[in-house]
Amino acid sequence: MNQAIRNSWIVAIALFALLFGSISYVQFFAVDSLNANPNNNRQLLKTFCGNRGPILVDGQAIAESVPTNTDCKFQRKYNDPLLYAGLTGFFSRFSGQSGIEYAMREQLTGTSDDALFDRIAQTFTGKQPQGRSVELTIDANIQKLAYDMIPDGVDGSIVVMNPKTGAIIAMVSKPSYDTNLLASHDEKAVNAAMASLVGVPGINLYGSKAYKGLYSPGSVFKLVDTAAALESGKYNKDSILPNPSPMTFPGITYTLPNYANGQCAIRDKASFAFALENSCNTPFASIALDLGQDAMTAQANKFGFNDDSVYFPDRVVDSRFPGSQGVLDAPGLAQSAIGQKDVLASPLQIAMMTAAIANGGQQMTPNLVKTVRTPDLKTVSSLTPEVLRQSTTPEIAAQITDWMVSVVDNGIASAAAVPGVEVAAKTGTAELGLNESGTMLNNAWFTGFAPANDPEVVVSIVMPGVDVATGAQLTSPNASKLFKAVLNK
Amino acid sequence: MSQLLTVAKPRRNTELLLLILALSLATMANALVNLNLGRTFDNDFYTQIAILAVLSIGFHIALRIKAKYADPVILPVVVALNGIGLAVIHRLDITSGDTAGQRQWMWTSLAVVAAIAVIWFLRDHRILRRYTYISLLASVVLLVLPLVPGISAGNVNGATVWIAIGPFTFQPGEIAKITLAIFFAGYLSSNRDLILLAGKKIGKLQLPRARDLAPMIVAWLASVGVLVFQRDLGSSILFFGLFMVMIYVATSRISWILIGLALIAVGGVAAYQIFPHVTRRIDVWVNALDPEYIGAAGGSFQVVEGLFGLANGGLIGTGFGQGSPDTVPLANSDMIIASIGEELGLVGLFAVLSLYTLFISRGFRAALGTRDAFGKLLAVGLSFAVALQCFIIIGGVTRLIPLTGLTTPFLAAGGSSLLANWIIVALILKISDAARRPIDVSNTPEPSASGPQEHDTKLEVTKP
Repeated sequence: MNQAIRNSWIVAIALFALLFGSISYVQFFAVDSLNANPNNNRQLLKTFCGNRGPILVDGQAIAESVPTNTDCKFQRKYNDPLLYAGLTGFFSRFSGQSGIEYAMREQLTGTSDDALFDRIAQTFTGKQPQGRSVELTIDANIQKLAYDMIPDGVDGSIVVMNPKTGAIIAMVSKPSYDTNLLASHDEKAVNAAMASLVGVPGINLYGSKAYKGLYSPGSVFKLVDTAAALESGKYNKDSILPNPSPMTFPGITYTLPNYANGQCAIRDKASFAFALENSCNTPFASIALDLGQDAMTAQANKFGFNDDSVYFPDRVVDSRFPGSQGVLDAPGLAQSAIGQKDVLASPLQIAMMTAAIANGGQQMTPNLVKTVRTPDLKTVSSLTPEVLRQSTTPEIAAQITDWMVSVVDNGIASAAAVPGVEVAAKTGTAELGLNESGTMLNNAWFTGFAPANDPEVVVSIVMPGVDVATGAQLTSPNASKLFKAVLNK
Repeated sequence: MSQLLTVAKPRRNTELLLLILALSLATMANALVNLNLGRTFDNDFYTQIAILAVLSIGFHIALRIKAKYADPVILPVVVALNGIGLAVIHRLDITSGDTAGQRQWMWTSLAVVAAIAVIWFLRDHRILRRYTYISLLASVVLLVLPLVPGISAGNVNGATVWIAIGPFTFQPGEIAKITLAIFFAGYLSSNRDLILLAGKKIGKLQLPRARDLAPMIVAWLASVGVLVFQRDLGSSILFFGLFMVMIYVATSRISWILIGLALIAVGGVAAYQIFPHVTRRIDVWVNALDPEYIGAAGGSFQVVEGLFGLANGGLIGTGFGQGSPDTVPLANSDMIIASIGEELGLVGLFAVLSLYTLFISRGFRAALGTRDAFGKLLAVGLSFAVALQCFIIIGGVTRLIPLTGLTTPFLAAGGSSLLANWIIVALILKISDAARRPIDVSNTPEPSASGPQEHDTKLEVTKP
């Protein structure tokens, strides 16, 4: 009988050996495959319900994770969401992530490779895992000022940046939205919010249109033409350019006009200064036709067009100069030279181009993140200005700056002037076509910097789809206010 | 047979020391839950720990008085398991808002008091032999109760195993485990001579006579009945396994095991063919990770969610309060192993399994040591039942076998299970007391330093 008892005991122990084995399998060998299972929402819970690091502006949290009493232990909360939606992006358990929330996700969750030691320390100290904080380069006052400049219901974007460091001082676009709606833990509410938000005309949930939107740049593109001309050696600051009104092309009926209301029509030759001050079209079209498509494309690329690898840290949409895609005919190249046809630029691209001119031809990598800190406030990384590329020579940059100053002093951007400060600027009006009531709608642009002799701030504004008067009113005067605010004038 | 040498010492002080360790473990586990989930150490915490301490020490004192040679390891191991269970249930209550913890404390108190009563009033485990057929009757009644209209709690989570009287619900099947073990032990110890004597021999294999097969067939039919009428696959396997191990130990004949396995095979295949809920169980087990089965009603969501939890815990676990065990259905009862595994990790589960292994081995040790066949059979039956129950539910949770609803002894939330298992503890302790007590014909109270320990009874002679 005792032998049978021993045998039974062996059976019982064998059953337990199997259990030890199956637990080892599940909790050791199969861990990776179970964690990677698409039906496993625990990893999702870890990300979405964890203590994610805050996003800060001037030390104040614009996005933070607050404890809840539910199974999902933390709720992402946005303070002043409309003002910052374009930068933070959204953070949703059901709809994904965008903006800084997406681009800085590894730091915010604390799962980046360099946070390994933090995690180990947290395991041993028994602290709740906590992500790192991300402080933005944004100045809250300028951000608010810029945001309020775009009237509600009007499409528009403004970028304010430091040309020497590439730091973004303000970046706004409208229409904006409440990111809290998508951060809810209630799936139905999030889906409903998502459905209604995507229906808002002109909205972009995946980052501010200041870096995700593309617009015809119109006359601000003439800065590229000017740089190309001077760089080619065929032109100098005293060159006299042809200024026909309109420009004709051999063998076809198409003609390229000058701006009807300006002073361009009064002379058929123009200096660079005159052409820029009055934003004449045909002198720049003739430069492009003279230099050819390749030279134009090369110069556009040197200012950052056709580059899809700029991260600030979210990816900046690549602005396009179509020269690299097939041969343009003469009218096409002429139209491209004045920022029409298939030329498209993001407001940030225009700001970067302007910053390159302001910074002696050196284009700095744009950056939105000032510092990343651990929960115990140790700085992990902080902004180090990086040169992205040399867009043009210091001499050419200085020359263009001079002409841009005269655009404000004597030309059509006079409203951007700031008393006591030299402002350099260029405006643009890209025609989009007539609306139902017969009014011509344009993309109204402003880009410029100040002070011209030692640039501290670049402002680029686009108001797409407005009539000429509205465009004029919403660009240069607002730029003036932004210059004053940043420069404390 | 080898002689088992046991120094006849009461070892009650060892038990006290281990008990203090087990109580510290329970206290620390509960404290960690409170700390990690931001709970204050309110009166409840101190009251509950005090209650557990008083109950355990009370049990210990009862053993000192009534069963001073009882195994010193069993009580501390069980207190540790029960304490871990209470902490985990409390932890799950905090995030789910349930009050299962309160009920578990109440049932723990009741169960320990019942176990103390068994120690106190049951002078000798052999007395139970007198109730062999009453136990059979009790078992039948207990198994039929959940099917009686009026007191049946109906179909709960797919099985009809609950009764409801007023606000109280109870799973009589848990108690039936004990009464069945008593019946089998009584019946087999009385009839084993008869069963052993006759039978054809085929080669080395001695077959039982057909008439001796009757109890086996009855047990098999009862198990099938549980499966059919209560839809409780887990209990069905448990009862049949209990009977098989007991008849094997009673007869030492492999033939019984083979017949038993054959019956399981027949029953299993038939059940798979006939009963949709069994077919479904197996399909869900095989295809558990298939998204279609995860999403389906009655699909693999529960077991897969448990596996995800276990994987989330990994080697060392997330720590109390930092996993999401409450996303698993029945996290504090059927799936409590997944909850423990997620937050305490593989390390924690290995510790829990080791405690079970220790408890079960001590039960078998008591069976080896005791001198009467009834006691041996009862101790083996009860210990093996606990082992098999652990295997069925933990194996189910880890997807070693199909998941069937059984409680995890001492850990899972559930009063009936606690009560039944604590009574099993009391019975095994009582048998171990008999096993380790020095034989003393003169009835002197002092233990002799080296008494004869193991008397393989005369029944051993009949072993083929």
